[in-house]
Amino acid sequence: MEILYLLIPMAIVIMGIAVWAFVWSVKTGQFDDLEGPAHRILMDDDDPRIPRQDASLKPRER
Amino acid sequence: MGQAAETLASVPAGDCFHCGLPVPAGTHFSALVDGAPRALCCHGCEAVAQAIVAAGLGDYYRHRTTPSRRAEELVPEQLRSLELYDRAELQRGLVRDAGGVVREASLILEGITCAACVWLNERHVGALPGVLGFRVNYSTHRAQLRWDDARIGLGEVLKAIAAIGYTAHPFDPGRQEALQKQERARALRRLAVAGLGAMQVMMLAFSLYAGDWYGMDEGLRHFFRWVSLSITVPVIAYSGWPFIASAWRDARLGRLGMDMPITLAIVIATVASGWHTWRGEHEVYYDSVTMFVFLLLAGRFLEMNARHRAAQVSEELVRMLPATATRLDAAGCESVVAVAELAPGDRVRVRPGEAVPADGTVLEGASSVDESLLSGESLPRAKARGDALVGGSVNVESPLLMRVERVGAETTLSAIVRLLDRAQSEKPRIATLADRIAGGFVAAQLAIAAAVGAWWWLNEPERAFAIVLAILVVTCPCALGLATPAAITAATGSLTRAGLLSTRGHALERLARATHVVFDKTGTLSHGRLRLVEVWPVAGLGRDDCLELAAALERGSEHPVGRALLDAAQGRLAAFDVRNTPGVGIVGVVGGRRLRVGKPAPDEASPASDDTALWVVLRDERDAPLAWFQLADQLRADARATVAALEALGLEVWLLSGDRPQAVARVAAELGIRHAAGGLLPEGKLERLRALQAGGAVVAMVGDGVNDAPVLAAASVSVAMGSGTQLAQASADMVLLAPQMGTLVQGVRTARKTLAIIRENLGWSLLYNLLALPLTVAGWVTPWMSAIGMSLSSLLVVGNALRLRGGSRRR
Repeated sequence: MEILYLLIPMAIVIMGIAVWAFVWSVKTGQFDDLEGPAHRILMDDDDPRIPRQDASLKPRER
Repeated sequence: MGQAAETLASVPAGDCFHCGLPVPAGTHFSALVDGAPRALCCHGCEAVAQAIVAAGLGDYYRHRTTPSRRAEELVPEQLRSLELYDRAELQRGLVRDAGGVVREASLILEGITCAACVWLNERHVGALPGVLGFRVNYSTHRAQLRWDDARIGLGEVLKAIAAIGYTAHPFDPGRQEALQKQERARALRRLAVAGLGAMQVMMLAFSLYAGDWYGMDEGLRHFFRWVSLSITVPVIAYSGWPFIASAWRDARLGRLGMDMPITLAIVIATVASGWHTWRGEHEVYYDSVTMFVFLLLAGRFLEMNARHRAAQVSEELVRMLPATATRLDAAGCESVVAVAELAPGDRVRVRPGEAVPADGTVLEGASSVDESLLSGESLPRAKARGDALVGGSVNVESPLLMRVERVGAETTLSAIVRLLDRAQSEKPRIATLADRIAGGFVAAQLAIAAAVGAWWWLNEPERAFAIVLAILVVTCPCALGLATPAAITAATGSLTRAGLLSTRGHALERLARATHVVFDKTGTLSHGRLRLVEVWPVAGLGRDDCLELAAALERGSEHPVGRALLDAAQGRLAAFDVRNTPGVGIVGVVGGRRLRVGKPAPDEASPASDDTALWVVLRDERDAPLAWFQLADQLRADARATVAALEALGLEVWLLSGDRPQAVARVAAELGIRHAAGGLLPEGKLERLRALQAGGAVVAMVGDGVNDAPVLAAASVSVAMGSGTQLAQASADMVLLAPQMGTLVQGVRTARKTLAIIRENLGWSLLYNLLALPLTVAGWVTPWMSAIGMSLSSLLVVGNALRLRGGSRRR
């Protein structure tokens, strides 16, 4: 059971990384729109009837 | 295809395929979508549906989950005003330079009803040559646009958005928005820290509880407690800070708020756990503390989201005055200036379809002006040289030249806004009452804890501390504190999805308690739009023929009268040589005859004595009347059913309007409203409302016009119509965004159910406290038992509240 003395501090370090990752994702705006992306993925973008611009002019997405 | 058929069928037959509103009888608008002709309700919807299909985006109708907003037909003047956004002086503050010819702007998008709208807009705008990026945020209905200024103008993008039935306004993402974003980010960080911390501590606590049962190495147990302490302290200090700060503020002001026992429980439990850890004793409450903080923060986060959303909606809608005006200099040359640059004495040209930018008088021209937003008068008023114009009213007929007299804070509109501010400032007293009651509860809880602690201290000092802690935890108003917000948040969420937005926390509760519903007529029960009631032929022609003749003359007219005639007619005939002379009417040649449509002469008697209606006469070459048209404001299709449903719910329905008494009486009779009064000024409405409230009534006011805003603010709960005036929405407790009034009935039902659930929840927490407190006082409940009891009780309360969410998801 002595291994726990190592494992638990490691868990805390991982938790620290998780907190940092979360703070980073908040800062970069990943939580600005919680609903849109879930729906966006379901919409067909590759319908050939949709007029497109040249590949070089494709909307630049953040 | 199966899914497509299902979605397409979601608009019932007989309703507009685009917007879902009933298709008026006798109209024939349609568009070819998915290989079948679909019936549409108006020119606007037809144009939009055809534009969407033509752009190859017909899949929109397959993906959408709610019908679109009714498309208003944009008149050429409005389209031209969008082009003004290409000018540099208007772009100042709205458009950011992103290097070279690349520009960026934030847009507010109106009309987004579901995720498919986002897809449609992104596809459509993204495909425009010159647009570098267009991304819509579904939650906030804001869009970010990047474009190449050398290849496309901002005005063109706005026009493209208008073509598919949405409205976009460039806006300056101001300070308030930045603050909100900051607040949201901070709340999210706090929530994440508390959540992750609580998970870790819970894991350790579980091992400790298991260790109590199966036995555990004392050194390991000690280690676990120290680790828990080292996680809990930062979590409390960071995530729990809002509670501690608020309790400290309350304490300094000598008040007892809901945050006080929360803070006491958190701090005492942490300090005691720390002390026990130091001494190597068993009772530690780290898990309860971190979990507690996490649950509380989660509740507040949900509440904050609802608040921000509401604030954004109202912020978008306070834009009644136009952004630009056409000013004439001394030489008579026109230049477009920002409204803020106008000064008294300036001469300004107001074109038909434009809003009057400031208060002033007419210098030249004769027209009619729609003041329905300001006065509640549903019919446009004639204005000629020397008449006063009010800023915010809309010029309907022909161009006017006006002299600006008052600008900015001195205008009528700002005066109404100030009145509104004052009426609003009367409200918070009720809110403080609730706080005082909460304070009483907390005081009682602290007193009991202290008294019981003292008794045990005298009798069995070694158990006193554990028992006091158990009391604080067991009676912790956690369930009580969650009981109301959880239910309100769940109900608010489900109503927002249905199209009824709450902007105040107390709105639902008041709506549930309401005994009276007061409607304002213009734009609330009616569309604020004219409709043809009856055709009275006088010269032997058929009704339909007369209508077609008149409609042919009115084609191209933007006057509400013309629109009403056009909507009713089939549009078979065409007129030539059409001239519009204000005050006289429209003259033109139809079928070889020179005809004229216009207002009747003052001494002419209409065929029916109905002075609530607006009369128009069609005349032949010799000025002899051919037919009379009786026009009236159009009632919403489901207004009658809504009134009946509200009465069935036991509410007394009133109609208070600024409109003429005869018109009001007729509408009341048509809708089955028993109590109605017309011709009321805002002060008069306020007086009536106060009289009702003095009689013990809880009044829900459904209003629209700016003149209603002070009345809305004085009502117990106010609902503004989403399609109506923007200022009223800014002050209303709730905003009805759905086009159907029936949502209001659903709102009342949900509100009542919410109140019932709140009562159940409060009843449960009370019962729980009554059961648990004596046991705890007697010393039979250890702190860990009380923590589990409290958590279970909270979960039960939240689960009960979440039932409100499931209810309206069925559609």
